[in-house]
Amino acid sequence: MLHTFVAYVEDLPGVLTRVASLFRRLNINIISLTVGRSERPGLSRLTLVCEASAEAGHRIRASLYKLENVVDVDDIAGAPAVTRELALIKVAATPRNRSQIFDLVEVFRARIVDLTSESLMIEMTGVESKIEGLIEVLREDEGRILEICRSGKLTMRRGHHTSGVLKAMGAKTEDNADADNEPAEIAKERAVVEPE
Amino acid sequence: MGTNDIKQSSNDHLTTPTRLTGAEIVWATLVGEGVTTVFGYPGGAILPVYDALRKFPIHHVLVRHEQGASHMADGYARASGQVGVAMATSGPGATNLVTGIATAMLDSIPMVCITGNVSSKVLGTDAFQEIDITGITLPVTKHNFLVNRTEDIAPALRHAFQIAQSGRPGPVLVDITKDAQQGTAIFDFAAAKPRAYRPHPMLRVEDSALAQAAELIRNAKRPIILAGHGVSESGAMEQVRTLAERAQIPVTLTLLGLGAFPASHALNMGMMGMHGEAWVNQAIQEADLLIACGMRFDDRVTGTVATYATKAKKIHIEVDPAEINKNIKVDVALVGDLREVLEQLLPRIAGRDGSAWLKTIDSSKGAAAVRDIKNLPDLGHLYAAHVMHDLWRITGGNAIVVTDVGQHQMWEAQYFHHERPRTLITSGGLGTMGFALPAAIGAKFACPDKEVWVVAGDGGFQMTAAELSTIVQEKIKINIAIINNGYLGMVRQWQEFFYGGNYESTPLVSPDFVKLADAHGIQGRAVSTRAQVAGAVESARSAPGTFLLNFMVEKEESVYPMIPAGASLHEMIRRPGHDPLLESPDDK
Repeated sequence: MLHTFVAYVEDLPGVLTRVASLFRRLNINIISLTVGRSERPGLSRLTLVCEASAEAGHRIRASLYKLENVVDVDDIAGAPAVTRELALIKVAATPRNRSQIFDLVEVFRARIVDLTSESLMIEMTGVESKIEGLIEVLREDEGRILEICRSGKLTMRRGHHTSGVLKAMGAKTEDNADADNEPAEIAKERAVVEPE
Repeated sequence: MGTNDIKQSSNDHLTTPTRLTGAEIVWATLVGEGVTTVFGYPGGAILPVYDALRKFPIHHVLVRHEQGASHMADGYARASGQVGVAMATSGPGATNLVTGIATAMLDSIPMVCITGNVSSKVLGTDAFQEIDITGITLPVTKHNFLVNRTEDIAPALRHAFQIAQSGRPGPVLVDITKDAQQGTAIFDFAAAKPRAYRPHPMLRVEDSALAQAAELIRNAKRPIILAGHGVSESGAMEQVRTLAERAQIPVTLTLLGLGAFPASHALNMGMMGMHGEAWVNQAIQEADLLIACGMRFDDRVTGTVATYATKAKKIHIEVDPAEINKNIKVDVALVGDLREVLEQLLPRIAGRDGSAWLKTIDSSKGAAAVRDIKNLPDLGHLYAAHVMHDLWRITGGNAIVVTDVGQHQMWEAQYFHHERPRTLITSGGLGTMGFALPAAIGAKFACPDKEVWVVAGDGGFQMTAAELSTIVQEKIKINIAIINNGYLGMVRQWQEFFYGGNYESTPLVSPDFVKLADAHGIQGRAVSTRAQVAGAVESARSAPGTFLLNFMVEKEESVYPMIPAGASLHEMIRRPGHDPLLESPDDK
């Protein structure tokens, strides 16, 4: 099954190697890994997606915690969460056939972020399937796609202070709503906001 | 502060911040951490540190190969429970440490290795003797540090000591660039203190789990305690004993657990696993409850996991959350320090009548005991088992025995009965040949008043035999027993059992070990009959200096019983009833 781990790690040289090395040692392929600054000074936040057996989740989380530079690890598992990916896609387009792309971009709620006489660049944010959808359509014209750059997945648990990460940090708990016990109407409302 | 003043008032700078060179900071920090002995080998990139040594009250043991340094630090740690410290230069010095670091990692031994590296300005340029040792040791250390600023040395070293000893212990490497050693900084020992220790966030000893464990123990008909290395690491000997005695539960030990529960105790069944007692493995297969204390269900203990103790519920008490359900799925996990967990569990444990189960186990011993090699008549053959038995008998089991890896290691485990923790020092997880001699030197420095014996095979001994010179230079006394069968014996045994007796590359030519010892100025004696064993052991013990005994044992003897790798615990290979070795013409 797919596992998604969100971890806070110290922003120091070599930390990513330590994380990656753990998966290498377990012979688990990392499908997606994104790292960036977080809301906590000196700590980077990473989202890591990998394919492993259902039971492996516990051991991976426990092993990540054994790394000295890892501060928090959240195993998203099946919990309600928002996952997004960013893609930059450069396509061949001349002034004559651009409008067709503009329409596509409109349908997929993507954006054009660069335009030259031979090509244009599409920026698209969304769930993996949407990005795959756009790429698939663009591929219908052979040779149109010049470059694809995808960020990998970013994941955040839904709800205010619901994440195990923040709980582990002893963040304010009075307004903690356990994601699993989320009131039905709020869950419904979110479902509307986030049509996945 | 003048250089000579530091030694005389070596503790002043531990309380008063002082400007020191990075090299001095290394030693000052070690002194502050309570280190008295460092095992190492100098070289270009660590020379500033060696240059500063004379100012500090630390004894440096010059090894003959850096692998010896890491094994000595390891042996020191295993014998004392304190952090062992090894030191080496960059490049080959650092890479030579690696086998010893991996050995310590696999057996959870607290150790700090300090290596020099080239100056930070040329890091990554393939400078002379530059190697990425933090990269190389990343998977075999608990953590490592690359330090390239003088002011970071003390915090990194102090942090390394904290990591090495906390939670599940392990080795830590600190790599220090030459310019960081040469620079100066204000040394403030107190301020260099690491952040408060963060226990693993997944430690869990829930009340409900304790209750469930107690319930399982109360209702069990055929319970067994599996005691591992964690018992001595956690100092839980009393607690395990109380649990066993109160609930009348028999105890079996892993190789690294030997000594954590007295061998002479009525509830001690002996060692489990590949070369464990047949009745122990049989009992594990019959058990309805296993209480695993500080052990990790290693494959040498379980055989094939699919058929391991299928009738038993399992309680796992373990300090490392990553070990839970790793090899064997358990029913109750109590994740925390073994001693603390048992202290919480014991009030819930009531007296129990275990006599029926104990009787069943006892009655299953019969056949195995008859086959025991010790009961074979003396027909002129010298078996390693006899040597181990005599060694145990004559030393009263009080010596620290440091073994190498192979057949002799298993015979030691079977025939030398350990009553106390830290009296058997052996490489269990990595199975590192060449471990015994250097680790014994380390153990002797940790326990100078204890009798220390090396038990090694002719193969493994040659891997690190150069450390005989270290013994002589340091003027220490240890006793060395070489179990010499002219083969890489354990490999030969596998070839006999599983490769049709094709003894490829296992016959081994060795030097005359007694003459080799003599060349070092070490006394020695060869022993080839059973009758000579006791006298030889006594001579070694009473000799003022190190003494080497070369036991010329049966060449093609095997370790029995044995569970073939990947087989089930109950599928043991037993000693043949008619030993072909006893039926050779010269027996008649």
